[in-house]
Amino acid sequence: MSNIPNDLKYATSHEWVRDEGNGVYTVGITEHAQDLLGDMVFVELPDVGDVVAQGDDVAVAESVKAASDIYAPVSGEIVAVNDALNDSPELVNSAPYGDGWMFQVKVSDESELAGLLDADGYQSVVDSE
Amino acid sequence: MAQKTVLFAKHVECGAKMVDFHGWDMPLNYGSQIEEHHNVRQDAGMFDVSHMTIVDLQGPNTRNFLRYLLANDVNKLTVPGKALYSGMLNEAGGVIDDLIVYFLTEDFFRLVVNSATRENDLAWINKQAAAFNVTVTERPEFAMIAVQGPQAKAKVATLLTEEQKAAVAGMKPFFGVQAGSLFIATTGYTGEDGYEISLPNEEAADFWQKLLDAGVKPAGLGARDTLRLEAGMNLYGQDMDETVSPLAANMGWTIAWEPSDRNFIGRAALEQQKAAGTMKLVGLVMEQKGVLRHGQKVVTEGGEGEITSGTFSPTLGFSIAMARVPASTGDTAEVDIRGKLVQVKVVKPNFVRMGKKVI
Repeated sequence: MSNIPNDLKYATSHEWVRDEGNGVYTVGITEHAQDLLGDMVFVELPDVGDVVAQGDDVAVAESVKAASDIYAPVSGEIVAVNDALNDSPELVNSAPYGDGWMFQVKVSDESELAGLLDADGYQSVVDSE
Repeated sequence: MAQKTVLFAKHVECGAKMVDFHGWDMPLNYGSQIEEHHNVRQDAGMFDVSHMTIVDLQGPNTRNFLRYLLANDVNKLTVPGKALYSGMLNEAGGVIDDLIVYFLTEDFFRLVVNSATRENDLAWINKQAAAFNVTVTERPEFAMIAVQGPQAKAKVATLLTEEQKAAVAGMKPFFGVQAGSLFIATTGYTGEDGYEISLPNEEAADFWQKLLDAGVKPAGLGARDTLRLEAGMNLYGQDMDETVSPLAANMGWTIAWEPSDRNFIGRAALEQQKAAGTMKLVGLVMEQKGVLRHGQKVVTEGGEGEITSGTFSPTLGFSIAMARVPASTGDTAEVDIRGKLVQVKVVKPNFVRMGKKVI
C-alpha cells in the first residue's frame, strides 16, 4: 500500500500539491510515482520566474528506469525550486512528500485547484493502474 | 502465468519488487537498485540466476560437435573445468545466443545459455547435435546463484566444507568445478570477482539463507543490468540478436578464425561480413546531466547509429551506453536525447572493472 496523505491534492499524472498559503503551492511526485520510477538519478527543475500553464511539462525526473515528465498541476509562476535535488535526487525516493519536493508555484487561477483529486480520488487512480 | 524459480519465496521474504522477465517472475530490486549496485562493487551481493538454462552435452564426439556449433573454438579448452565464452551463430552469421561452455571431461561439456532464448537454443542445438550423436540434456533440477563482489569468495568460503574449499582453492577466472552438490564457477556478469554456483533446487533456499546470514545482500535485475553495462558485457536481445553479426557487437574477439580449416556454423557469412566491413559496438560517455537510453539515435560524421544499452552508471556518477555506430566513428558523437543533440565521448565499451574506473 502506498502512502497518500489526506491533506494534499493530486493530479492524475501523479504530482501532489500542498497549500502553503498566500496562493503558493508546493509540488512533488507521489510515493506511488517514485516507486514506479525506481531510484532517481537526476531531476531537471524549472527556473524560478518561469510562468507555467496547467498541464505543461515543467520538470523531468530521470530514474534508473526512465525519464519521466513532471507536469504543472496548476498555472502560475514558479517561485521556488528544490535545489537540494541537484546533489541528492534520491530525496524524491526517500521523502517524496517532504524533502523530495520539486518546486513551488504562485497560482494565477485558484479555481484550477478544485479540479484536482483528493486522497481518495487519487487512490482510485492508483488502484485502476 | 509466469514461471517462478525455487527462490521465489526468499525474494518475497527479502522485500523484492517482482517483475516479469521473459516469462519468469524475477526480482527487479529489493528496495534500492543503486545501493545493490554499490554493494556488489564494494562488498558482496547475490543474484538469483536460476532462470538461466543449463544444458549438458555428452558423447565421445562432443568436442567436435562444439567446434562446429560455436564461433569460438573449444580446442582452447585443454584443462578440465576451463570455460569459454562464445557466440552460437546461424548460417547468416547472426547471433542465436551468447553462452558459456565448460569442458568437464572429454565426453562431457556443459553449456549455460540465456533464459529468453531457451526454446530456440534447445531446438537449434538438438537439430545440430543429431549428426554428431551427442546427447543433449537440459538440467532444470539445478538452481543458480551468482555471488559477486570483492568479498564474495571470502563470504562463500564460510559456507563450504573443507573438501569444497580445497576444490576452489587457487581457481583462476573462467573455471568450473563440481564440489559436493555445488558446481562452483569463477564466472559472472558484473566485472567483479566472485562465483556462479549451480546447486540442486531443493538446496537453493537454504543456501540463499546461509549467504544472507554470511552478510551477502541480494541484488535484483536492475543492479545486474547496470553492473554488466559498466563492465561492458553484452545483453542478448538488446546489444545483439539473430540479425546482428558478432563483428558489429564487440564479439570479434570471440570468433576463432584459426585454424582456418575449422568449419563452424556462420563462418562463410562472417568472412564475407569481415571483408565488406560492419558497424561497430562502442561505449559512450556523457558527463553532463541526463541519461543515455536504449533506442536513442546516435549521429556521427559517417552516418547514424543507435544506442543498444544505456544507463546511469552508479559507480561513475554519470551516464554510459553501448551503441552500434558506423565503423568510421571517431572520438566523439552526438546523441538525440528527447529531441536535443548532446555531445558524448566515444570509448571502448568497458567502463568499470574490479571496482575501478577504466575509461
